[in-house]
Amino acid sequence: MTAIPAHADLVDEKIIFRYYIAALAFLTISMVAGLMVALQLVHWNPFGGVELLSPGRWRMIHTNAIAYGFLANAFLGTLHWAVPRLTFHPVASRALSWFIFYAWQVIVLSTAVGIVVGPSLQDQPWLLDLAKRWRLPMNLGAQGLEWGETPFWIDPVALLGLALVAINFMVPIGRSKGPMYVTLWYFMAAFVWTFLTYAMGNLLPEYAVGGTSAGAIGGLFIHDLVGLFVTPLGWGLMYYFVPILLKKPIWSHGLSLVGFWGLAFFYPLQGIHHFLYTPIPMFLQYGAVISTIAVELVVATVVINFFGTLGSRGYDQFFNNLPIRYFYTGMVFYFITCFQCALQVTLTFQKLIHFTDWVVGHAHLVMFGVFSLWLFGIMTYLFPRLLGKPWYSRKLCEYHYWLSAGGLFVMFIDLTLAGVFQGYYWASLQQWDVSTNGSQPFWITRVFAGLAMFGGLLCFLYNLWMTIRSAEERVPEAGTAPGGASVLPSPA
Amino acid sequence: MFESKSGIFFIAGIGFFLLAFLGNGVVPMIMYKDRVEQTAEQVVNKRVMAQFRDLAERYPESFKEAFGEPTEEACAEALRLGRQVYVGEGCWHCHSQFVRPVSNESRRWGPVAKTTEYDNELQRPVLFGTRRVGPDLSREGGRRGNDWHAVHFHRPKDVQVDSPMPAYPWFFEGSPDRPNRRGIAIITYVQWLGSWLPSYPYYEELAEVQDD
Repeated sequence: MTAIPAHADLVDEKIIFRYYIAALAFLTISMVAGLMVALQLVHWNPFGGVELLSPGRWRMIHTNAIAYGFLANAFLGTLHWAVPRLTFHPVASRALSWFIFYAWQVIVLSTAVGIVVGPSLQDQPWLLDLAKRWRLPMNLGAQGLEWGETPFWIDPVALLGLALVAINFMVPIGRSKGPMYVTLWYFMAAFVWTFLTYAMGNLLPEYAVGGTSAGAIGGLFIHDLVGLFVTPLGWGLMYYFVPILLKKPIWSHGLSLVGFWGLAFFYPLQGIHHFLYTPIPMFLQYGAVISTIAVELVVATVVINFFGTLGSRGYDQFFNNLPIRYFYTGMVFYFITCFQCALQVTLTFQKLIHFTDWVVGHAHLVMFGVFSLWLFGIMTYLFPRLLGKPWYSRKLCEYHYWLSAGGLFVMFIDLTLAGVFQGYYWASLQQWDVSTNGSQPFWITRVFAGLAMFGGLLCFLYNLWMTIRSAEERVPEAGTAPGGASVLPSPA
Repeated sequence: MFESKSGIFFIAGIGFFLLAFLGNGVVPMIMYKDRVEQTAEQVVNKRVMAQFRDLAERYPESFKEAFGEPTEEACAEALRLGRQVYVGEGCWHCHSQFVRPVSNESRRWGPVAKTTEYDNELQRPVLFGTRRVGPDLSREGGRRGNDWHAVHFHRPKDVQVDSPMPAYPWFFEGSPDRPNRRGIAIITYVQWLGSWLPSYPYYEELAEVQDD
């Protein structure tokens, strides 16, 4: 057997660091945008009437910066660590990696600029002429599909970028020999799915399909973007980092198989559940509902598998291993999300909670409570290795965790309750004002929950800044340093 | 197969994705393949034209500058631009465009949404929406006057004290009685929503369409 290649030959640590910085910058932007929208709803918006700071446009910055700015950048950075170390082969080309890095930042930034500035420049004769001649929605700014708002002139570039990402990481996976580890199943599928999903959602409803059918495809797109891009990359990373940090293998390989294939089969079948009670044919809606309930059972097997891996060491690990605490908190939130999903997808729940803040709470639980927490855990683990020195302050790491997880949990409970109230206000045919006024206590609470989460991020950023500035020496052999707790300074 | 590269690439990656696309996407496409998508010109009707003319009378100078004469062609152009404004400003993130058959929605807004209502250029991509901070708008046309909409877009709190809706002063040249092109377009678009229904408008029939 040949020797295992050296870490330095496999992993480009510099690009991971850059990806993480970009990810955190976009997360900051996204949170500021979310705060602006939250303030608008409680009548405190300090920028009211300023065109380029319109909450309607910044609401789209909030969601797009999270999906394409924070999650995509953080995932790409982490993939540069995990894929070469799992396959023993470096990425296809380091030059390509750097090209993708800069291209992706340009894509995300132009999306943001397009969404904010586009609508102001929209009224051009040539654009209306194009729209009239080709009967196409020529929007310089956002397009009318959630998470597909990326302006039409960026879509092809983004697609090309995703194809290059797939090639860059598929080459080392293809070169690897022997059985593939679970993580690589998820990654491989994710590269295929992300590209196909993005192409489907950003091309078909705009250019090829109209009306109700486009609604069905739009539902599939917003669903697949979470289910086939974010979810497999997230779980793939859990299958990679959890055994490393616990220094033991995954509990059951059989359950890993059930989890992957169950998710791959059932997850994409559910798109239409975002548009229940629309004119989309009812039998298709039933199909989406049933497969949504089915995937909840699959998720249960995955979560059982991970808690089996943790075994009886939960107490000790929770207090002493911060990345593990992030990961398992995320998994508990994931289980809650999916359990909630199996209930709220039923037509009975939909009557009440569709269109309400319940759904917004659900979305925050999965995007922040699960995937963002996981990525915070991974960053907490990897930054000391990338920088070759321990965190400046363990206490600030703790603040980051508790403010993020605590703030998110408050926001989730708060918005879920708000949704129930709104649903009943509407169904009881009260004046519309009753529902928006009745939401005020919940919306005010949400502002503070969001501020807590933002505070957590500020702790993390300050901690990172001070770590970068601190003069401590490099830990030898950064890439091979052992498990999570050791690089954190012991509690003061 | 379950752990091999080709199994995961072809079956899970491409196969299952296509299967779901077939079930969730191709089936409705086949079911509605005979439906013809209407153009913006084709969806201009007497009711929205009445509102468009009303805008021309109410704001003559602004209207002339923006769209010239209130012709059907100009109305189609206003609808296209109005829809682009509606999408670009993110209106659809707080307002839905479909009435569900549950939760008393048809009593609040009117007839339950039908597929035929969405077969036109202005619903591409379809603007069902996923959140209602404000009310559904698919039956909004004709319910309120153009002047109400102008004041409301300019500063919602002037007509709806507790409204959390943002103000859109950039649809106007300084005051609500001076809407610009975007302002007239978005008002026309909102007045068009639901105007295709025979029961339009629910409480105030326009003289032009009484024999319709």
